[in-house]
Amino acid sequence: MDYLLNVLFSIVFDGVAYGMILFIISVGLSITMGLMGFVNLAHGAFAMAGGYVAVTLMNQAGVPFALALIAAFLAVAAFSVAFERILYARLYGAGELDQVLLTIGLVFMSIAAATYIWGPSAQPITLPAVLTGRIDLGIREVPVYRLFMIVAGAVIMVALWLGFERTRFGAQIRAAVDNRRMTQSLGINVDRLFTVTFAVGSGLAAVGGGLGVEIWGLDPDYPIEHLIIFLIVVAVGGLGSIKGAFVAALLLGVIDNAGKYLLPEFGSFFIYVTMIAVLLLRPAGLFGRS
Amino acid sequence: MSAPTSSAAAVALLAGRHRWRPLEALPWILAVAAFFLFPEYRVLGSQVLIMIGFALSLDLILGYAGIVSLGHAAFFGTGAYTAGLLVNAGWTEPISGLVIAALTAAAIGLISGWVILRTHGLTLLMLTLATTVILQEIANEKDEFTGGSDGLLFTVDPLFGQFAFDLEGNVAYLYALAVVAILFYVTRRIVNSSFGFSLTGIRENTARMHTVGMPVHRRLVTVYVISAAMAGVAGALLSQTTEIAALNSLSFERSGAVLIMLVLGGAGRLYGAFVGAAVYMILEDRLATIDPVYWLFWIGLVLVLVVLFARRGLFGVLSDAVAKAGWRA
Repeated sequence: MDYLLNVLFSIVFDGVAYGMILFIISVGLSITMGLMGFVNLAHGAFAMAGGYVAVTLMNQAGVPFALALIAAFLAVAAFSVAFERILYARLYGAGELDQVLLTIGLVFMSIAAATYIWGPSAQPITLPAVLTGRIDLGIREVPVYRLFMIVAGAVIMVALWLGFERTRFGAQIRAAVDNRRMTQSLGINVDRLFTVTFAVGSGLAAVGGGLGVEIWGLDPDYPIEHLIIFLIVVAVGGLGSIKGAFVAALLLGVIDNAGKYLLPEFGSFFIYVTMIAVLLLRPAGLFGRS
Repeated sequence: MSAPTSSAAAVALLAGRHRWRPLEALPWILAVAAFFLFPEYRVLGSQVLIMIGFALSLDLILGYAGIVSLGHAAFFGTGAYTAGLLVNAGWTEPISGLVIAALTAAAIGLISGWVILRTHGLTLLMLTLATTVILQEIANEKDEFTGGSDGLLFTVDPLFGQFAFDLEGNVAYLYALAVVAILFYVTRRIVNSSFGFSLTGIRENTARMHTVGMPVHRRLVTVYVISAAMAGVAGALLSQTTEIAALNSLSFERSGAVLIMLVLGGAGRLYGAFVGAAVYMILEDRLATIDPVYWLFWIGLVLVLVVLFARRGLFGVLSDAVAKAGWRA
């Protein structure tokens, strides 16, 4: 009994920690897809870029972890605006095939660029001593870093929720996701709204990329390797829904972890089955509007 | 293709569309000529032909019916593994192996297509993708049957009991050429049939096709199954001629590659698959020997440029140029 509880606890705890990283990376993708209907397969490249910026700053310049994550956010957010204005904006309203192809092209180029700059091997990361080891929560001992991931994810979730639900800017985004034309007719500059949202979403992906190096590692294949799971989170949660992305990320994190723990021979099978089941019952995702 | 100006011109266009034009012999002459002119490249040549067949199958659903799939490798890989599993079960005749591979892929296409073609947009994309990843996961896990990540090694009998597959790719090339010619003939018949026109109608305006009483879902499933069977044949061709069914035949990368080939050449225009697959495969062979990463960068850049500036693909650019010069392409 005690053993069972232990297994259950670590499955849920590790799954939630993993799900938080998924949430931080995928939420931007969900919002931009919901807002502009843009299928951005290159979202993982922004997460990877964040990981590389953070790791390079820490390893080469000795920048502290927290500062490196903030720098990753700012650098990737700024960088993504250039991409959005120069490339993506031309394809709003184009068919999804064009968007898929353009962003696959960008993924390939990002893989080549990362290999060119950082080499093909995985990057090491040295976490600050505070975040290593284990901590006694009273009920169980847990790895500090996992706990840190959960806290970071929760903080970001709350911040996003407040920004989305309690500010004028958030209300404008919600309006634009619901009905873009109507929002434009009211004189809201949806293009600029989107650019800002895109930058924040990409920046968050960068933070998630930096936080996730510890569990996923970081090598140039990152944008393709993890693309599918990011897309699954978005599809299951429903486009344009922060709540959806959050619930889906945690759900998939726990299911994936449980599957790999209890039935490792099935690999990621359960994630795909979950996605298919959800999409067949609710084609627009758990919290999406069809 | 310029828009017809009057209804008489439209009738003439439709009536003439299925006729064979002399220019259409060109790719086949080139394919036969390449066999004799570049004997040292017959292995690569056979793989180009196989990818042309695969790209043609994708063209049916993407170029004509407008179904965007990120998971067409599901059927290619199903064909590849079916061919291998048959041999290991004692069925070593290659041509019947192709047929059975086609039927298996068609069955997977029917089951998955029936369900996922009710959705559209991102949901459809994700479900096509999921089909592939699940099959790949199964192929990876059931390694007692499939060899897992080592791939499934097998050797089929000589073709017609006479021609054993050789290392120079002689038999492979001619075998692939013949089979792809058949696939092409079938595709061409389909897209010029009334069924083919109805697919184009669905691509252009699904709502209107519903309104005129067309069984849209059934048509889409039908073409999806045909396309799956063709992709299965292409996959089986590859595994039979290379004597291995590998996990990458089921991969997302493979789905992406065939999509890129088709769009590079020009989707929805039959010969686009020829141009795209040939250009892609030959460039990859040349550039990847220098440095695979280098290759990845350039193909990425080409994709971005094609989407931004040459939406109708290389073949589209080509035929525009020809049309400008005053010819009928």
